[in-house]
Amino acid sequence: MLKRRDALRILGLSAVLGSGSLGLAGCGSSGDGANGPLRVALVNHVWTSAIRERIAEFEDLTGRRVLVSTMTSDQLSSTYNVKLNASAPDLDVMMYRPLQEQLLFARNGWLTEFNDLVADDSEYDWADVQDGPKDRVTIDGRIFGVPIITERPTLYYRRDLVDAPPTTLEEMYETARRLHSPDTGLHGFTGRGQRAGAVSMFSSYLYSHGADFIVDGRSGVGSPEALAAYEYYGRLLREAGPIGATNMTLEQITPIFAQGKAVFAIDADAVYQNFIDPATSTVGDRTGFAAFPAGPAGSRPFNIASWGLTINAFSERRDIAWEFIRWASGPEMTLRLQNEGVPSARTSAWADEASLTAFPPDLAESMAAGIETGVGADRPDVVQVGRARDIVGRPIVASILGDDVAASARDASEEFDEFLVRDARQRQL
Amino acid sequence: MAVHTLEQENRRLKWMMLAPALLFIGVMIVFPILYTGYLSLTDAFGAVNADSSFIGLLNFSDALGDLRRFWPAVWRTLVFTVAAVALELTLGLALAMLLRKPFRGMRWVRTIMMVPLLATPVAVGVLWLLILDPTTGIANYLLGLVGIPPQPFLGSVAQSLPTLILIDVWQWTPMMTLLLLAGLSTLPGEPIEAALVDGASAWQRFRHVTLPMLTTAIVTALVLRSVDALKTFDLIYATKGPGGGSSHEAETLNVYAYGLTFDYQEYGLAASVLVVFTVLIIFIVVALRRRSAKASS
Repeated sequence: MLKRRDALRILGLSAVLGSGSLGLAGCGSSGDGANGPLRVALVNHVWTSAIRERIAEFEDLTGRRVLVSTMTSDQLSSTYNVKLNASAPDLDVMMYRPLQEQLLFARNGWLTEFNDLVADDSEYDWADVQDGPKDRVTIDGRIFGVPIITERPTLYYRRDLVDAPPTTLEEMYETARRLHSPDTGLHGFTGRGQRAGAVSMFSSYLYSHGADFIVDGRSGVGSPEALAAYEYYGRLLREAGPIGATNMTLEQITPIFAQGKAVFAIDADAVYQNFIDPATSTVGDRTGFAAFPAGPAGSRPFNIASWGLTINAFSERRDIAWEFIRWASGPEMTLRLQNEGVPSARTSAWADEASLTAFPPDLAESMAAGIETGVGADRPDVVQVGRARDIVGRPIVASILGDDVAASARDASEEFDEFLVRDARQRQL
Repeated sequence: MAVHTLEQENRRLKWMMLAPALLFIGVMIVFPILYTGYLSLTDAFGAVNADSSFIGLLNFSDALGDLRRFWPAVWRTLVFTVAAVALELTLGLALAMLLRKPFRGMRWVRTIMMVPLLATPVAVGVLWLLILDPTTGIANYLLGLVGIPPQPFLGSVAQSLPTLILIDVWQWTPMMTLLLLAGLSTLPGEPIEAALVDGASAWQRFRHVTLPMLTTAIVTALVLRSVDALKTFDLIYATKGPGGGSSHEAETLNVYAYGLTFDYQEYGLAASVLVVFTVLIIFIVVALRRRSAKASS
């Protein structure tokens, strides 16, 4: 039975949405109490596919039924917003993006703290989790989730068209430009071009040009180095990319590369199977992998904990939710999943030589290089990540379209500075 | 024991019968509207139930002073609605005139016409996204067969809104046709026959006899479709994503308000945009109905 205050919250959100149907998503069933089935919300991802196959093991182990919902990342975010705004208890384990959602969710009081859980559990071995990913799920010493997947950008290239992978961004541009032949349906390069969607992948170009989104608490996107990165990325997509690049996300670039219509692509290594899966790719056997090419400041790709697991603060089944998380992200399961090609956040898994053989050898090398030189974030570290991405992503689009990049970066930098002042006030937990 | 008259009993029964509907309207319509109004006057951010302060009309002044996102979104909402509904009305009227007289295969044609109406806007969006994909879609392949260079369609800042208008026309013209066909079927035949006897041409009969008699049906169809087109969200979000594309090229007021809510968690500002949006819709509906009343009189 819904409490009066919860009902008001649900209705309130319906009002904001201007759509009763969306708001009603929060009114699903109640939590079913502490002994009800465990409800797990996951995103469409290779980790999800791998863990779903094993959930029966957990059910056998604990005698608890597990109900899994799988959604796209946008759907998952919207679902969390609606349900958590309504303090809904019918959601226990949540797969989430520490870099995108954690600050806001923690600020809203929607996440359970993990400090005691991980500290008291020697078998879980929290010390085994890599420092970078661990930092990402921790705010002011308070742990709000556990990292389960790490990713870095890798260079996907056609081995039948390119003798050796480019080692610098300029070399990649020259080769992509030379082989770019839209008339025959072959593009030199394909990559993300959508304003906010491109920001995470663009971050590696930014770092490799010696810039950052935020420098000493102020906007870094107006610096000469950032401008050079924006210009490079826009030029690459404009002169060697497919038409309509400003509308492209991973969903568009994967089929373009997989259908043999691009020489190069740069995207996350965690999804490499989508690029080479024989069921969907015509060039899987001719695809090579290489480390992110070096820019003027060297090769500085992001190396992040892209997804984590956390527990809904309103869950009525926190104990079993933690049981699920420690089972799904403990040392043993992590190694099993990495053996199937899911890059983990645990040192022990990466130290296991056998687990690296799950990846193509050149991809494993690219991953190792990314771990060594990588930066721990791929987007601005702020509360309103979506808004920040919209602002710093604007010059990417201007550059792809061939507009005045300098003016766009200047304008974005001014707006981002104003945004950061407000963000500093908002990030108080 | 109190004795009730039949009239009193009837009155009580009337309210008892009405109660569920009134409760539903109160909970699902009146309360959300009032709550939206309340939120629009606060700085609610992050979570709807988080602490927030009353800030008067500041959200409205922020929204109305925003030349970067708000006013372009208002303009796009109007362009999308006017262009889509005008095309749908023109094509719908032409199709209704063609289909008004029985012909062989009429049932098949009407059934096929219904197909786009049966699909949900998200499914329609995904379908057209695949068809119009600039690199792998079939549209550019077909254009290539007749020598037309590939087009970016939804991947372009300039072509996105026109493309979305055409998709909306593809989906909703059949509904306009059905509404106008229903209107045409109720028209008396005598005035048209009289005009025919007087030697009026087909165009003159349509322009001076059929069209004036069809005014009420046209205005009804216009109001229904305009309100629906103003609120279009699913199709735009499914094809262009958050923000209506990389340069906000397809961001209408609905998409903007959704983004403020789900991407920015700015509940107060989003509520103020929705209040302005509601006022805009009411203004348009009243204007259309007044025009209809004037035309009828």
